[in-house]
Amino acid sequence: MALATWHSSDPLQESGDLQEEALAQPAPPRRARSAHRFAKATLGPLAILAVIVGIWELVSYVVLDPQRRFLLPPLQTIFHQAFFIHSNLSVLLSALGVTTEVAMAGLGLSIIIGMLIAIAMSEFKSMERGLYPYLVVLQTIPILALVPLVGFWLGFGFTARIVVCVLISLFPIIASTLFGLQSATRAYHELFDLHHASRFTKLVKLKLPMALPSTFNGFRISAGLSVIGEIVGGYFFQQGKPDIGVLLDQFTAQLNGTMLFGAIFIASLLGVAVFWTFGGISSLVVGNWKE
Amino acid sequence: MGDVGLEVTERAPTLSGTDDTADHQLVVRSVSHTFPDGTAVLRDVSLTVDRGEFVALIGPSGCGKSTLLKIAAGLEKQTSGEVICHRDNIGFVFQDATLLPFRTVQGNVELFAELHKVPKAKRKEMARAALEMVGLQRFEDKYPKALSGGMKMRASLARSLVLHPHLFLFDEPFASVDEITRARLNDEVIKLFTSEQFAAVFVTHSISEACFLSSRVVVMSQRPARILADIEIPFPYPRHQDLHYETAFVDKARQVAQLLGEA
Ligand SMILES: Nc1ncnc2c1ncn2[C@@H]1O[C@H](COP(=O)(O)OP(=O)(O)OP(=O)(O)O)[C@@H](O)[C@H]1O
Ligand SMILES: [Mg+2]
Repeated sequence: MALATWHSSDPLQESGDLQEEALAQPAPPRRARSAHRFAKATLGPLAILAVIVGIWELVSYVVLDPQRRFLLPPLQTIFHQAFFIHSNLSVLLSALGVTTEVAMAGLGLSIIIGMLIAIAMSEFKSMERGLYPYLVVLQTIPILALVPLVGFWLGFGFTARIVVCVLISLFPIIASTLFGLQSATRAYHELFDLHHASRFTKLVKLKLPMALPSTFNGFRISAGLSVIGEIVGGYFFQQGKPDIGVLLDQFTAQLNGTMLFGAIFIASLLGVAVFWTFGGISSLVVGNWKE
Repeated sequence: MGDVGLEVTERAPTLSGTDDTADHQLVVRSVSHTFPDGTAVLRDVSLTVDRGEFVALIGPSGCGKSTLLKIAAGLEKQTSGEVICHRDNIGFVFQDATLLPFRTVQGNVELFAELHKVPKAKRKEMARAALEMVGLQRFEDKYPKALSGGMKMRASLARSLVLHPHLFLFDEPFASVDEITRARLNDEVIKLFTSEQFAAVFVTHSISEACFLSSRVVVMSQRPARILADIEIPFPYPRHQDLHYETAFVDKARQVAQLLGEA
């Protein structure tokens, strides 16, 4: 009882110390209780999954006649064709690799550009005033409508695909970082002003760390958007190494339902994986201290 | 607003003309302040605080107490009048603990030493000493979110203590903690004041807290605030909670309450 040493004469104060310490160190989590909670959390989604699979198979086998079954192939056919036949799988995986690569390159660029813009806006009022209307525009216009224009200007290759990813994923990064940078209250700023800290010091030691939780939220949203942008770009541009977008187009044209669904599943998995990864990175970086 | 503190005149904290032997840590001379929106908050306020003096500042809500502290610390520039104090090392304790959530308790307490470019090993040692003074030595690796309100306030005190300032400004630091925690934090302040012998200005809404902590209670009027009274609280330090029940103390508290009622 380190705290109690000063107040040991007063029993009331000592119990206060105990209370404070108890507050600071919550009881360790019970394994049994957490297992129970896990079961509760997974049971619902599993039940829904079973219903979806049931309807899927019902439609595929009963509602559709065999000639039209390619519209919704049975699940085991999809899995067998797409994921267990080596040549098919390697087509999907190579497209997955291209999509991941381009989407992450676009996201990286978006993060750099977005954070620089957000920092400039938070440091200079004139920047904020000047850029704000365009941000609103960026958020409001249907960016996918710009995709043809991007191809028209930049050609239909790698660069154009990355630009689409950046366009579509930029706004959440700017918005979340700016919000985070402005989240330090006046008292925090005064704390640094008292010791004559420079603006740069305040940016590095106060505003940026304060912004991290919100910024990482933005990364996570933008990562998903960047994947969408990459697939749309590939689908539209049709050039360079085939990505998931190109495959979607090809399989549709070939009326190849099993591979089309295979590509859709792969794309969905990528979306989920990206979302989880950035969630994980976020809890690694700010999980310790985030309120 | 970031650089306000740098523009304010700084001078040696001694008054020419009056007795030079006194160790003035803060001299506020005829300070008036009106905000740009026209709100007049201070009118001709003068206040001198010496080393080893503990001044409690009490007055109606919204009269300008926080503004006066900010002007003293150089966070706000007064419209007229003069402030003399050493601006490079002031302890300022806010109502909220304002701990940086992304730093551990230790990291928070090191902050000011870090801003003053104290080498790492040295500031670590300074932080540890400060944490020990407030009884938080076992919590140095915790993040603020794991601390109770009272412990956050202790960490905030330790942070201000780390550079051993000669002038401490407190802006209602314990207004949001419960009564028992508040009493213990008051004991803590008394202990720190007794050992460090800084000069202090302590804003509070509690008459008993004001009388318990301070060697002088300064009562302010409604906005725009003037100083209505400056009352000596002559009890020796270190003080103990029992003081609250002594007749002399109760008389002082009544006197302050009456003045406040007239404010
Ligand atoms: N930046 C500002 N611009 C305009 N008015 C302000 C500003 N800051 C404070 N005020 C006003 O000045 C008055 C005095 O504020 P101040 O915070 O100094 O009062 P206070 O005595 O500390 O009040 P409280 O007891 O509620 O803490 C208030 O009416 C407040 O609304
Ligand atoms: Mg106030």
